[in-house]
Amino acid sequence: MHGSPPNYLTARTTIRSWLFSTDHKRIALLYFASITFFFLIGGLAAVLIRLELVTPAADLVLPDTYNRLFTMHGVIMVWFFLVPSIPTTLGNFVLPLMLAARDLAFPRLNLASWYFYIAGGALTVLALLLGGVDTGWTFYEPYASAFSNGYVTLAVLGIFLSGFSSILTGLNFIVTTHKLRAPGMTWYRLPLFVWSLYSTSVILVLATPVLAMTLLMLVAERVLGIGIFDPALGGDPLLWQHMFWFYSHPAVYIMVLPAIGIVSELVPAFARKQIFGYKFVAWASVAIAAIGFLVWGHHMFVAGQSLYASLVFSFLSYLVAVPSAIKVFNWVATLHKGWIRFDAPMLYAFGFIGLFTIGGLTGLFLAALAIDVHVTDTYFVVAHFHYIMVGGSVSAFFGGLHYWWPKITGRLYPEGWARAAAILMFFGFNLTFFPQFVLGWLGMPRRYDAYPPEFQIWHVLSSAGASTLAVAYAMPLFYFFWSLVWGARAPANPWGATGLEWLTGSPPPARNFERTPIVVRGPYDYVEGQPRPQAENV
Amino acid sequence: MRGFPVWPVEAGHYAGEMDALFIGLVIVTVLTAGFVCFLLIFFAARYRAGHDADRSHTIEKTWRWEVGWTTASLLIFVGLAVWGADLYLRLYRPPKNAVQIFVVGKQWMWKAQHPGGQREINELHVPAGRAIRLVMASQDTIHSFYVPALRVKQDVVPGRYESMWFQADRPGRYHLFCAEYCGTDHARMGGWLTVMAPRAFAGWLRDRGGQQSLAAQGEQLFHAFGCSGCHGPGGTVRAPDLNGVYGGPVALQDGRVVSADERYVRDSILMPKSEVAAGYDPVMPSFAGQVGEDDLAKLVAYVQSLGRKGAG
Repeated sequence: MHGSPPNYLTARTTIRSWLFSTDHKRIALLYFASITFFFLIGGLAAVLIRLELVTPAADLVLPDTYNRLFTMHGVIMVWFFLVPSIPTTLGNFVLPLMLAARDLAFPRLNLASWYFYIAGGALTVLALLLGGVDTGWTFYEPYASAFSNGYVTLAVLGIFLSGFSSILTGLNFIVTTHKLRAPGMTWYRLPLFVWSLYSTSVILVLATPVLAMTLLMLVAERVLGIGIFDPALGGDPLLWQHMFWFYSHPAVYIMVLPAIGIVSELVPAFARKQIFGYKFVAWASVAIAAIGFLVWGHHMFVAGQSLYASLVFSFLSYLVAVPSAIKVFNWVATLHKGWIRFDAPMLYAFGFIGLFTIGGLTGLFLAALAIDVHVTDTYFVVAHFHYIMVGGSVSAFFGGLHYWWPKITGRLYPEGWARAAAILMFFGFNLTFFPQFVLGWLGMPRRYDAYPPEFQIWHVLSSAGASTLAVAYAMPLFYFFWSLVWGARAPANPWGATGLEWLTGSPPPARNFERTPIVVRGPYDYVEGQPRPQAENV
Repeated sequence: MRGFPVWPVEAGHYAGEMDALFIGLVIVTVLTAGFVCFLLIFFAARYRAGHDADRSHTIEKTWRWEVGWTTASLLIFVGLAVWGADLYLRLYRPPKNAVQIFVVGKQWMWKAQHPGGQREINELHVPAGRAIRLVMASQDTIHSFYVPALRVKQDVVPGRYESMWFQADRPGRYHLFCAEYCGTDHARMGGWLTVMAPRAFAGWLRDRGGQQSLAAQGEQLFHAFGCSGCHGPGGTVRAPDLNGVYGGPVALQDGRVVSADERYVRDSILMPKSEVAAGYDPVMPSFAGQVGEDDLAKLVAYVQSLGRKGAG
């Protein structure tokens, strides 16, 4: 590092300069460290769950402990890993670079969002350390108010606080995208990752407040005895489900839209070809965000909701699958007549397309009213959403992380190890979660620590897959750290990609660009496999 | 371990039709995912960097393709939605002649009461070939009555009746689960649905018999709780006569007309002021907290029997 001009990592080195930094790149790294920590906690819970389920009897942990484990797994993974994962790390780092902005529109709000996230995470971890929560991540009523003996209030307040992190991040991204685009960067020249982050941000800003209100009502009922959801106090349990899923279904798109955006970057970058149907891919993100608000009732087909509501929600759920299908077809068509390279990020993108397709198609099973009656609340649902969120979002997160790792750290990761990890992750994932589709179809309910012996073989396969997956997730942890010290120095544009972020140094200087680029063309311009950068004056 | 089961056992009802829809969805999934994977691998191999392939004439008019696959997806999806909804609609509406069994879910057991007064816990015996309608209530939190072999499931939300129906055709013992998380022993809240040939079932009922019918037990409660003082003949307060009420329309004081089903009877016992019959004063006290779900079922069965009496 000596001799080279200072970059954002070397500009200042005190602890204080990190903890009070308003640089979006440094805040992204703070988020990286925090979500990795939460991913490890959530993953540890998953390991214990899969161990318990190797045998039909409940013999590893007590039933109450098991219930706390899957609650902890869900709460941590949804609110402290998946929701913030891509936006606050890769989004935070890359969005201003893609727009050639100096920073996000509100740098101090960005820092505040991290503190909200940490405060919320601390409260939730405290709830877990004190004895945990046994409600499941959905906090269904009246169980959560009247029957749970866990630290529900504390955990719920933690989630409530972390919600402000979501709202502030969403707000920041929306304003940044509107106001801080480089000269010449029109809306249809925006990289597709920006389109999907923008759509995600709209959901973050509109849906998270509903969750906040809902959680406060839960606290009011549990602590003050105000009857809202508990029928014993004159409340309505279905009201909870409506309000909870009004947030939590769009939250699924919070978790997967950024991943879709990353894949839309990776596919043209490694196919070395203009993306097929740019406008359709871009507007499909917006369509998913919009229709995603209108499908929450598909979580309640057997919950006692009206027949007609169920019919409408089923139809709308099929409708929201259309833009997802459009994306998949466009990615595949992009490969046609490309110059395809198979670096690790592209392997993750391939894995994503396959797993997201299966995850999406199995969503059609659940949206079919009659089939949902049988498979809802079984392992079929568990398998379905893990295909979307782990097979989809986590694969894309790793793909994006490998893709931008040279930009973030200035170092190249070891390609061979990275490809091995990507392939192992794909097989480990399928071995873990495909058997769960079969289990669900056979009728194995969720949230069971003990089960009839005829289900065992599928649980054993799933647990074997989970250990494979654990190894695959551990590998990047090692070789990424290795690369920080021994990795080769990265050039500004190691992939030959076209976006603005590749025009500045790796790692970028603190102010991102020495000269503001003038954008002259769309984001994925390749001629005969050769990149033409979006700007040429840098 | 017991082998590699891939298909759930089937006890009749709509299980066959459900399985057909499921197979239809599997075919759509395999064809679509297979097609996508095939193209991914084919393009990846053919157009890999460094491989000499014809890359001239790349597709320029993308909108034709977009319109094509958007329309195709939409049509297939709407078709599947209609197929799933049609079956659901039939699942939703019980036939008129169904045998009615009251089920109460509580942490962590299922209790059933047959019309003849027979009671069971974590077991449910039903005759093959007869439509069975379950009227279900929960005493605490949400539970979900789930029999995979029948492909049916219904959440039981506390504070109200939920109902579901099925007709099992194949005698046998089938898993009964609770499918909605309900606390410590959620995984142990369940047992067996036993489907018996009609003759065997009649024998089972006889062996279990000796009690009064559910309606007769309800009649005793009707007197014990003092309901008969007003609703019975010669009551001192003006209250509706319950003969012939059940199953018909009831005109309410606020102008609405509701159907006198089990929900109405239950709500009228627990929340008598919410739906007062037209022409009567709202003087009935609430019995919430005094009558448990088991007794409510008996009272409802009694009022049902009065309804039939009046109609007949």
